[in-house]
Amino acid sequence: MTYALAVVLGVVAGVLSGLFGVGGGILFVPTLTWLGLTQLHAEATSLLAIIPTVAVGVWRQQGYGNVRWRGAAIVGISAAAAAVGGAQLAQIVPESLLRRLFAVVLLATAAQIAWRSRKRP
Amino acid sequence: MRLILIGLVAGFFSALFGVGGGIVIVPLLLLVARWEIRSATATSLAAIGITAIAGVAAYLFHHDVQADYAALLGVPAAAGAVGGAALQQRVNTRVLSLAFAALLVGIAVDLLVK
Repeated sequence: MTYALAVVLGVVAGVLSGLFGVGGGILFVPTLTWLGLTQLHAEATSLLAIIPTVAVGVWRQQGYGNVRWRGAAIVGISAAAAAVGGAQLAQIVPESLLRRLFAVVLLATAAQIAWRSRKRP
Repeated sequence: MRLILIGLVAGFFSALFGVGGGIVIVPLLLLVARWEIRSATATSLAAIGITAIAGVAAYLFHHDVQADYAALLGVPAAAGAVGGAALQQRVNTRVLSLAFAALLVGIAVDLLVK
């Protein structure tokens, strides 16, 4: 039963991934901690689960002609490099304040995307 | 140049807050690079793939990855991604943008109450 629900959550994560261009970690990590993994193991395992998800998503999107490979390579490689710095900073700064600030930035971003889509259909 | 900055910002913040790169990459491609949403989301997936491979390589070194659990979620998710990508082609871009904005609001609320 537990595993059946995990599979369902996996499918939902995949749909979100294909639809919105996210990796699926948003659902993978909480599902894995719910299955009993520690936060560290859940985050590491989530990264591995993301790989088949985005591989298939990219394959389908490539078929629809939406993938820009040069951009993906530039963004992906620079993100991997910067992640090292982010992970180190995460260990020294007070996390809760930064997380709230980031949440506010996300809200502002959501508002801006909504506003733009209203103006330009 | 702009794309390098987008990648740096996305990688930095996703590692700092433990969020995926996609929720940073897609808005930046939309608002900063001015891409349309289908290219932004599709390219974000490919970029996340590159970042995830690098991340997994680092974690594998520390033996933190549990492949059985990754398969339990990753295989159904791969099937879901086929459906999500197909659905995306049928939804008009305005609805898609608004739905993405709603997803960001949901994540922001989750971060605030955590």
